[in-house]
Amino acid sequence: MIVAVASGKGGTGKTTVSANLARVFDAEVQLLDCDVEEPNAHLFLKGAGIEEEEICIPVPEVDEVLCDGCGECGAFCRFHAIVSFGAKPLVFPDMCHGCGGCAKVCPRKAIRETGHRIGVVGKIRADRVTLIQGRLDVGAPMAPPLIRAVKARMRKEVPAILDAPPGTSCPVIATIGGADFVLLVTEPTPFGLNDLGIAVDMVRDLRIPFGVAVNRVGAGDDRVHAYCRDQGIPILLEIPEDRAIAESYSRGELIVDSLPRYRPLFEELARGLFDGGSPSGNRAGYRPFKSCQGRFRRRENGCALELHGKTCCGLDNRCGKPPCEDKR
Amino acid sequence: MKIAFTTSGETLDAPFESRFGRAPKFLVYDLEKETFSVIDNRQNVNASQGAGIQAATTVARAGVACLVTGHCGPKAYKVLSAARIRIFASSAATVKEALGLFRDEKLVEALSADVEGHWM
Repeated sequence: MIVAVASGKGGTGKTTVSANLARVFDAEVQLLDCDVEEPNAHLFLKGAGIEEEEICIPVPEVDEVLCDGCGECGAFCRFHAIVSFGAKPLVFPDMCHGCGGCAKVCPRKAIRETGHRIGVVGKIRADRVTLIQGRLDVGAPMAPPLIRAVKARMRKEVPAILDAPPGTSCPVIATIGGADFVLLVTEPTPFGLNDLGIAVDMVRDLRIPFGVAVNRVGAGDDRVHAYCRDQGIPILLEIPEDRAIAESYSRGELIVDSLPRYRPLFEELARGLFDGGSPSGNRAGYRPFKSCQGRFRRRENGCALELHGKTCCGLDNRCGKPPCEDKR
Repeated sequence: MKIAFTTSGETLDAPFESRFGRAPKFLVYDLEKETFSVIDNRQNVNASQGAGIQAATTVARAGVACLVTGHCGPKAYKVLSAARIRIFASSAATVKEALGLFRDEKLVEALSADVEGHWM
Protein backbone atom coordinates (compact mmCIF):
# COMPACT_ATOMS: atom_id res chain seq x y z
CA MET A 1 0.00 0.00 0.00
CA ILE A 2 1.43 3.31 -1.09
CA VAL A 3 -0.16 6.52 0.18
CA ALA A 4 1.03 9.84 -1.24
CA VAL A 5 0.52 12.97 0.83
CA ALA A 6 0.19 15.93 -1.52
CA SER A 7 -1.31 19.40 -1.66
CA GLY A 8 -1.91 22.17 -4.12
CA LYS A 9 -0.85 24.92 -1.76
CA GLY A 10 2.51 24.73 -0.06
CA GLY A 11 2.91 24.93 3.69
CA THR A 12 -0.38 23.23 4.49
CA GLY A 13 1.18 20.41 6.49
CA LYS A 14 2.17 17.57 4.14
CA THR A 15 5.26 16.73 6.13
CA THR A 16 3.41 17.14 9.43
CA VAL A 17 0.77 14.67 8.27
CA SER A 18 3.16 12.17 6.69
CA ALA A 19 5.72 12.15 9.50
CA ASN A 20 3.08 11.82 12.23
CA LEU A 21 1.29 9.15 10.23
CA ALA A 22 4.52 7.18 9.87
CA ARG A 23 5.26 7.59 13.56
CA VAL A 24 2.07 5.92 14.79
CA PHE A 25 2.67 2.72 12.84
CA ASP A 26 3.09 -0.28 15.07
CA ALA A 27 4.93 -2.12 12.32
CA GLU A 28 7.65 -1.29 9.86
CA VAL A 29 6.82 1.60 7.53
CA GLN A 30 8.64 3.61 4.89
CA LEU A 31 8.47 7.38 4.62
CA LEU A 32 9.72 8.77 1.33
CA ASP A 33 10.59 12.44 1.29
CA CYS A 34 9.92 13.19 -2.37
CA ASP A 35 10.14 16.96 -1.90
CA VAL A 36 13.70 16.70 -3.15
CA GLU A 37 14.09 20.44 -3.66
CA GLU A 38 13.64 21.07 0.03
CA PRO A 39 13.38 17.83 1.98
CA ASN A 40 12.45 18.33 5.63
CA ALA A 41 11.01 15.11 7.05
CA HIS A 42 14.38 14.33 8.65
CA LEU A 43 13.92 17.35 10.92
CA PHE A 44 11.07 15.53 12.64
CA LEU A 45 12.26 11.93 12.46
CA LYS A 46 15.65 11.83 14.04
CA GLY A 47 17.55 8.67 13.46
CA ALA A 48 20.75 7.14 12.25
CA GLY A 49 21.77 7.51 8.63
CA ILE A 50 22.14 4.10 7.03
CA GLU A 51 23.43 4.89 3.58
CA GLU A 52 23.74 7.59 0.98
CA GLU A 53 23.89 7.14 -2.77
CA GLU A 54 24.83 9.54 -5.51
CA ILE A 55 22.23 9.82 -8.25
CA CYS A 56 23.19 10.56 -11.83
CA ILE A 57 21.17 10.92 -14.99
CA PRO A 58 22.56 9.99 -18.40
CA VAL A 59 23.46 13.06 -20.45
CA PRO A 60 24.81 13.14 -24.00
CA GLU A 61 28.48 13.39 -24.87
CA VAL A 62 29.27 14.11 -28.51
CA ASP A 63 32.15 12.52 -30.40
CA GLU A 64 33.50 15.40 -32.45
CA VAL A 65 35.12 13.10 -34.98
CA LEU A 66 31.96 11.17 -35.77
CA CYS A 67 29.56 14.16 -35.63
CA ASP A 68 28.81 15.77 -38.97
CA GLY A 69 26.60 18.50 -37.50
CA CYS A 70 23.37 17.24 -39.06
CA GLY A 71 21.32 18.69 -36.20
CA GLU A 72 19.00 15.71 -35.70
CA CYS A 73 19.79 15.64 -31.97
CA GLY A 74 18.90 19.29 -31.43
CA ALA A 75 15.72 18.95 -33.47
CA PHE A 76 14.66 16.02 -31.32
CA CYS A 77 15.33 17.53 -27.90
CA ARG A 78 12.33 19.51 -26.68
CA PHE A 79 14.24 20.67 -23.60
CA HIS A 80 17.02 22.40 -25.58
CA ALA A 81 19.59 20.34 -23.71
CA ILE A 82 21.45 19.74 -26.96
CA VAL A 83 21.67 22.44 -29.61
CA SER A 84 23.12 22.14 -33.06
CA PHE A 85 23.53 24.51 -35.97
CA GLY A 86 26.00 23.10 -38.39
CA ALA A 87 28.87 22.48 -36.01
CA LYS A 88 29.42 20.15 -33.09
CA PRO A 89 26.32 20.38 -30.87
CA LEU A 90 26.39 22.22 -27.56
CA VAL A 91 25.25 20.19 -24.57
CA PHE A 92 23.53 21.70 -21.52
CA PRO A 93 23.54 18.92 -18.91
CA ASP A 94 21.33 20.99 -16.55
CA MET A 95 18.52 20.98 -19.07
CA CYS A 96 18.77 17.28 -19.88
CA HIS A 97 16.00 14.95 -18.70
CA GLY A 98 18.15 11.92 -19.49
CA CYS A 99 15.72 10.40 -21.99
CA GLY A 100 18.46 9.21 -24.35
CA GLY A 101 16.53 10.34 -27.43
CA CYS A 102 19.42 12.32 -28.95
CA ALA A 103 21.68 9.26 -28.91
CA LYS A 104 18.95 7.19 -30.53
CA VAL A 105 18.22 9.63 -33.38
CA CYS A 106 21.89 10.35 -34.17
CA PRO A 107 22.46 8.80 -37.62
CA ARG A 108 26.23 8.59 -37.11
CA LYS A 109 26.11 7.14 -33.60
CA ALA A 110 28.24 10.05 -32.45
CA ILE A 111 26.44 10.45 -29.10
CA ARG A 112 27.11 8.33 -26.08
CA GLU A 113 25.70 8.88 -22.61
CA THR A 114 27.65 9.79 -19.55
CA GLY A 115 26.54 10.24 -15.93
CA HIS A 116 25.66 13.71 -14.65
CA ARG A 117 25.12 13.98 -10.91
CA ILE A 118 21.85 15.62 -9.84
CA GLY A 119 21.70 14.75 -6.13
CA VAL A 120 21.74 12.04 -3.51
CA VAL A 121 19.31 9.60 -1.94
CA GLY A 122 19.85 9.00 1.75
CA LYS A 123 18.31 6.46 4.10
CA ILE A 124 17.67 7.18 7.76
CA ARG A 125 16.33 4.69 10.28
CA ALA A 126 14.21 6.09 13.12
CA ASP A 127 12.65 3.22 15.12
CA ARG A 128 10.12 1.52 12.85
CA VAL A 129 10.34 4.23 10.22
CA THR A 130 12.76 4.02 7.33
CA LEU A 131 13.07 7.48 5.87
CA ILE A 132 14.23 7.55 2.26
CA GLN A 133 15.12 11.08 1.32
CA GLY A 134 16.10 12.66 -1.99
CA ARG A 135 18.28 15.76 -1.94
CA LEU A 136 18.62 17.60 -5.21
CA ASP A 137 21.95 19.34 -5.71
CA VAL A 138 21.86 23.13 -5.55
CA GLY A 139 21.63 24.36 -9.13
CA ALA A 140 20.25 21.10 -10.50
CA PRO A 141 16.78 21.90 -11.82
CA MET A 142 15.68 18.35 -12.54
CA ALA A 143 13.56 16.96 -9.70
CA PRO A 144 11.58 14.12 -11.36
CA PRO A 145 14.56 11.80 -12.08
CA LEU A 146 15.67 12.10 -8.45
CA ILE A 147 12.13 11.47 -7.22
CA ARG A 148 12.02 8.33 -9.36
CA ALA A 149 15.35 7.29 -7.81
CA VAL A 150 13.86 7.74 -4.33
CA LYS A 151 10.82 5.67 -5.26
CA ALA A 152 12.97 2.97 -6.85
CA ARG A 153 14.46 2.36 -3.39
CA MET A 154 11.06 1.68 -1.85
CA ARG A 155 10.43 -1.90 -0.73
CA LYS A 156 7.17 -3.13 -2.19
CA GLU A 157 6.27 -5.36 0.75
CA VAL A 158 6.46 -2.56 3.32
CA PRO A 159 3.74 0.13 3.53
CA ALA A 160 4.96 3.45 2.20
CA ILE A 161 4.02 7.07 2.81
CA LEU A 162 5.17 9.50 0.13
CA ASP A 163 5.66 13.10 1.19
CA ALA A 164 5.12 14.98 -2.09
CA PRO A 165 6.30 18.44 -3.14
CA PRO A 166 3.59 21.13 -3.23
CA GLY A 167 1.76 22.11 -6.38
CA THR A 168 0.59 20.05 -9.32
CA SER A 169 3.58 20.12 -11.66
CA CYS A 170 5.97 17.41 -12.89
CA PRO A 171 7.63 16.64 -9.52
CA VAL A 172 4.20 16.02 -7.98
CA ILE A 173 3.09 13.80 -10.85
CA ALA A 174 6.38 11.88 -10.54
CA THR A 175 5.64 11.38 -6.84
CA ILE A 176 1.99 10.35 -6.86
CA GLY A 177 2.12 8.21 -10.02
CA GLY A 178 1.67 4.60 -8.95
CA ALA A 179 0.31 5.49 -5.50
CA ASP A 180 -2.74 3.57 -4.29
CA PHE A 181 -4.19 6.56 -2.54
CA VAL A 182 -3.54 10.29 -2.37
CA LEU A 183 -4.21 12.32 0.75
CA LEU A 184 -4.54 16.01 -0.15
CA VAL A 185 -3.63 18.28 2.73
CA THR A 186 -5.19 21.71 2.78
CA GLU A 187 -6.10 24.52 5.13
CA PRO A 188 -9.49 26.20 5.54
CA THR A 189 -8.53 29.42 3.75
CA PRO A 190 -9.35 30.83 0.30
CA PHE A 191 -5.83 29.96 -0.89
CA GLY A 192 -6.12 26.48 0.54
CA LEU A 193 -9.45 25.95 -1.18
CA ASN A 194 -8.33 27.32 -4.54
CA ASP A 195 -5.24 25.13 -4.67
CA LEU A 196 -7.12 22.13 -3.33
CA GLY A 197 -9.44 22.40 -6.33
CA ILE A 198 -6.47 22.29 -8.69
CA ALA A 199 -4.99 19.29 -6.86
CA VAL A 200 -8.35 17.49 -6.95
CA ASP A 201 -8.50 17.99 -10.73
CA MET A 202 -5.03 16.47 -10.95
CA VAL A 203 -5.76 13.31 -8.95
CA ARG A 204 -9.06 12.85 -10.76
CA ASP A 205 -7.22 13.03 -14.08
CA LEU A 206 -4.79 10.42 -12.81
CA ARG A 207 -7.67 8.32 -11.50
CA ILE A 208 -6.13 7.76 -8.10
CA PRO A 209 -8.52 7.39 -5.14
CA PHE A 210 -8.11 10.31 -2.78
CA GLY A 211 -9.29 12.03 0.36
CA VAL A 212 -8.62 15.31 2.09
CA ALA A 213 -6.87 16.25 5.31
CA VAL A 214 -7.72 19.69 6.66
CA ASN A 215 -5.07 21.28 8.81
CA ARG A 216 -5.64 24.22 11.18
CA VAL A 217 -9.37 23.67 11.34
CA GLY A 218 -10.92 26.65 13.06
CA ALA A 219 -8.39 29.11 11.68
CA GLY A 220 -10.33 30.10 8.59
CA ASP A 221 -13.81 29.41 7.31
CA ASP A 222 -15.82 26.35 6.33
CA ARG A 223 -15.58 26.65 2.56
CA VAL A 224 -13.16 23.75 2.23
CA HIS A 225 -15.63 21.58 4.12
CA ALA A 226 -18.47 22.80 1.95
CA TYR A 227 -16.45 22.10 -1.20
CA CYS A 228 -15.63 18.55 -0.06
CA ARG A 229 -19.26 17.97 0.82
CA ASP A 230 -20.45 19.18 -2.59
CA GLN A 231 -17.81 17.15 -4.42
CA GLY A 232 -18.35 14.01 -2.34
CA ILE A 233 -14.75 14.02 -1.19
CA PRO A 234 -14.14 12.37 2.18
CA ILE A 235 -12.31 14.40 4.81
CA LEU A 236 -10.12 11.84 6.52
CA LEU A 237 -8.25 13.98 8.99
CA GLU A 238 -8.86 17.26 10.70
CA ILE A 239 -6.08 18.83 12.68
CA PRO A 240 -7.40 21.64 14.81
CA GLU A 241 -5.83 25.08 14.94
CA ASP A 242 -3.81 24.91 18.12
CA ARG A 243 -0.85 27.04 19.11
CA ALA A 244 0.64 24.05 20.95
CA ILE A 245 0.94 22.24 17.59
CA ALA A 246 2.81 25.14 16.04
CA GLU A 247 5.11 25.33 19.04
CA SER A 248 5.88 21.62 18.88
CA TYR A 249 6.51 21.94 15.14
CA SER A 250 8.91 24.82 15.69
CA ARG A 251 10.91 22.61 18.06
CA GLY A 252 11.10 19.87 15.43
CA GLU A 253 8.81 17.59 17.40
CA LEU A 254 6.02 15.39 16.16
CA ILE A 255 2.48 16.07 17.32
CA VAL A 256 1.93 12.42 18.25
CA ASP A 257 4.96 12.51 20.56
CA SER A 258 4.64 15.87 22.22
CA LEU A 259 0.85 16.24 22.23
CA PRO A 260 -0.51 12.75 22.94
CA ARG A 261 -4.09 14.03 22.92
CA TYR A 262 -3.87 14.26 19.15
CA ARG A 263 -2.28 10.85 18.67
CA PRO A 264 -5.64 9.07 18.10
CA LEU A 265 -6.25 11.27 15.04
CA PHE A 266 -3.23 9.81 13.31
CA GLU A 267 -3.75 6.28 14.62
CA GLU A 268 -7.20 6.33 13.16
CA LEU A 269 -5.90 7.67 9.86
CA ALA A 270 -3.26 4.91 9.76
CA ARG A 271 -5.91 2.28 10.45
CA GLY A 272 -8.17 3.64 7.76
CA LEU A 273 -5.47 3.99 5.14
CA PHE A 274 -3.35 0.97 5.87
CA ASP A 275 -5.76 -1.35 7.62
CA GLY A 276 -3.99 -1.12 10.92
CA GLY A 277 -0.61 -0.70 9.35
CA SER A 278 -0.32 -4.41 8.79
CA PRO A 279 3.16 -5.25 7.55
CA SER A 280 1.75 -7.09 4.56
CA GLY A 281 0.21 -3.89 3.31
CA ASN A 282 -3.30 -3.73 2.02
CA ARG A 283 -4.03 -2.32 -1.36
CA ALA A 284 -7.69 -2.21 -0.52
CA GLY A 285 -6.99 -0.24 2.62
CA TYR A 286 -8.62 2.89 1.34
CA ARG A 287 -11.99 1.30 0.79
CA PRO A 288 -13.35 2.21 4.19
CA PHE A 289 -12.99 5.81 3.15
CA LYS A 290 -14.56 5.49 -0.25
CA SER A 291 -17.74 4.02 1.09
CA CYS A 292 -17.41 5.44 4.54
CA GLN A 293 -18.11 1.97 5.84
CA GLY A 294 -14.96 1.53 7.84
CA ARG A 295 -13.46 2.67 11.04
CA PHE A 296 -14.03 6.28 10.37
CA ARG A 297 -17.58 5.83 11.48
CA ARG A 298 -16.30 5.98 15.00
CA ARG A 299 -15.22 9.52 14.56
CA GLU A 300 -18.75 10.72 15.11
CA ASN A 301 -18.26 10.07 18.76
CA GLY A 302 -14.96 11.72 19.28
CA CYS A 303 -13.53 13.48 16.29
CA ALA A 304 -11.19 16.39 16.70
CA LEU A 305 -13.81 18.84 15.73
CA GLU A 306 -16.27 17.71 18.32
CA LEU A 307 -13.53 18.00 20.86
CA HIS A 308 -13.06 21.56 19.81
CA GLY A 309 -16.71 22.32 19.56
CA LYS A 310 -16.54 22.86 15.84
CA THR A 311 -18.57 21.67 12.91
CA CYS A 312 -18.53 18.22 11.45
CA CYS A 313 -17.28 14.68 11.32
CA GLY A 314 -16.15 15.46 7.79
CA LEU A 315 -17.77 12.41 6.32
CA ASP A 316 -20.55 14.04 4.40
CA ASN A 317 -23.19 11.92 5.99
CA ARG A 318 -22.17 9.02 3.79
CA CYS A 319 -22.01 6.70 6.74
CA GLY A 320 -25.77 6.92 6.95
CA LYS A 321 -25.83 8.44 10.39
CA PRO A 322 -27.26 11.88 10.93
CA PRO A 323 -24.66 14.63 10.71
CA CYS A 324 -23.39 16.27 13.84
CA GLU A 325 -25.88 18.73 15.26
CA ASP A 326 -23.81 21.86 14.86
CA LYS A 327 -22.68 20.98 11.36
CA ARG A 328 -24.99 22.63 8.84
CA MET B 1 25.23 42.43 -42.24
CA LYS B 2 22.12 41.56 -40.22
CA ILE B 3 21.53 42.66 -36.63
CA ALA B 4 18.87 41.30 -34.29
CA PHE B 5 17.14 43.58 -31.78
CA THR B 6 14.88 42.42 -28.97
CA THR B 7 11.51 44.15 -29.03
CA SER B 8 7.89 43.83 -28.06
CA GLY B 9 6.59 45.33 -31.30
CA GLU B 10 6.93 45.04 -35.06
CA THR B 11 8.29 48.41 -36.18
CA LEU B 12 11.42 50.50 -35.66
CA ASP B 13 9.43 52.73 -33.31
CA ALA B 14 8.44 49.77 -31.15
CA PRO B 15 9.78 49.55 -27.59
CA PHE B 16 13.19 47.97 -27.18
CA GLU B 17 13.00 44.90 -24.93
CA SER B 18 15.68 44.34 -22.31
CA ARG B 19 15.11 40.59 -21.95
CA PHE B 20 16.61 38.28 -24.53
CA GLY B 21 15.26 34.74 -24.03
CA ARG B 22 11.76 35.91 -23.25
CA ALA B 23 11.62 38.88 -25.60
CA PRO B 24 8.28 38.77 -27.44
CA LYS B 25 9.92 39.42 -30.84
CA PHE B 26 13.20 39.85 -32.65
CA LEU B 27 13.54 42.58 -35.25
CA VAL B 28 16.23 41.59 -37.73
CA TYR B 29 17.66 44.62 -39.53
CA ASP B 30 19.66 44.30 -42.74
CA LEU B 31 22.27 47.09 -42.84
CA GLU B 32 23.00 46.69 -46.57
CA LYS B 33 19.41 46.67 -47.80
CA GLU B 34 18.09 48.95 -45.02
CA THR B 35 15.13 46.62 -44.56
CA PHE B 36 13.94 44.55 -41.64
CA SER B 37 11.89 41.53 -40.77
CA VAL B 38 10.33 40.41 -37.50
CA ILE B 39 10.62 36.98 -35.91
CA ASP B 40 8.08 35.93 -33.34
CA ASN B 41 9.47 34.50 -30.09
CA ARG B 42 6.12 33.92 -28.43
CA GLN B 43 6.80 30.22 -27.81
CA ASN B 44 9.60 31.21 -25.45
CA VAL B 45 7.88 33.95 -23.49
CA ASN B 46 6.21 31.46 -21.18
CA ALA B 47 8.67 28.58 -21.54
CA SER B 48 9.41 27.03 -18.17
CA GLN B 49 13.07 26.73 -19.01
CA GLY B 50 15.46 26.79 -21.96
CA ALA B 51 14.13 30.09 -23.33
CA GLY B 52 17.62 31.58 -23.69
CA ILE B 53 18.97 28.57 -25.56
CA GLN B 54 15.98 28.47 -27.90
CA ALA B 55 16.06 32.23 -28.52
CA ALA B 56 19.78 32.06 -29.29
CA THR B 57 19.17 29.22 -31.73
CA THR B 58 16.41 31.26 -33.39
CA VAL B 59 18.59 34.33 -33.98
CA ALA B 60 21.50 32.10 -35.09
CA ARG B 61 19.24 30.51 -37.72
CA ALA B 62 18.24 33.98 -38.89
CA GLY B 63 21.88 34.46 -39.91
CA VAL B 64 22.58 37.57 -37.86
CA ALA B 65 26.11 38.72 -37.08
CA CYS B 66 25.18 40.86 -34.07
CA LEU B 67 22.56 40.92 -31.39
CA VAL B 68 21.49 44.04 -29.52
CA THR B 69 19.62 43.30 -26.31
CA GLY B 70 19.39 44.33 -22.68
CA HIS B 71 20.63 41.29 -20.82
CA CYS B 72 21.93 37.90 -21.75
CA GLY B 73 22.20 34.81 -19.52
CA PRO B 74 24.95 32.18 -19.48
CA LYS B 75 23.28 29.53 -21.63
CA ALA B 76 22.18 31.97 -24.29
CA TYR B 77 25.67 33.47 -24.27
CA LYS B 78 27.21 30.05 -24.82
CA VAL B 79 25.00 29.35 -27.83
CA LEU B 80 25.47 32.84 -29.31
CA SER B 81 29.24 32.56 -28.93
CA ALA B 82 29.25 29.16 -30.60
CA ALA B 83 27.28 30.73 -33.46
CA ARG B 84 29.86 33.57 -33.55
CA ILE B 85 27.24 36.21 -32.90
CA ARG B 86 28.53 39.38 -31.23
CA ILE B 87 26.35 40.69 -28.41
CA PHE B 88 25.85 44.38 -27.68
CA ALA B 89 24.11 45.69 -24.58
CA SER B 90 21.70 48.59 -24.76
CA SER B 91 19.06 50.22 -22.63
CA ALA B 92 17.51 52.19 -25.48
CA ALA B 93 13.82 53.01 -25.38
CA THR B 94 13.04 52.03 -28.97
CA VAL B 95 14.52 49.79 -31.63
CA LYS B 96 15.24 52.87 -33.74
CA GLU B 97 17.27 54.40 -30.91
CA ALA B 98 19.20 51.15 -30.39
CA LEU B 99 19.90 50.94 -34.13
CA GLY B 100 21.19 54.54 -34.11
CA LEU B 101 23.50 53.81 -31.18
CA PHE B 102 24.74 50.69 -32.96
CA ARG B 103 25.49 52.62 -36.16
CA ASP B 104 27.35 55.27 -34.16
CA GLU B 105 29.35 52.52 -32.46
CA LYS B 106 28.16 53.73 -29.09
CA LEU B 107 27.18 50.27 -27.82
CA VAL B 108 29.51 48.20 -25.68
CA GLU B 109 30.09 44.62 -26.70
CA ALA B 110 29.19 42.07 -24.01
CA LEU B 111 32.05 39.66 -23.50
CA SER B 112 30.25 37.45 -21.01
CA ALA B 113 26.78 36.75 -19.70
CA ASP B 114 25.66 39.68 -17.57
CA VAL B 115 22.83 38.03 -15.67
CA GLU B 116 22.57 34.69 -13.92
CA GLY B 117 20.47 31.90 -15.33
CA HIS B 118 17.18 31.34 -13.55
CA TRP B 119 18.25 27.83 -12.68
CA MET B 120 21.73 28.47 -11.43
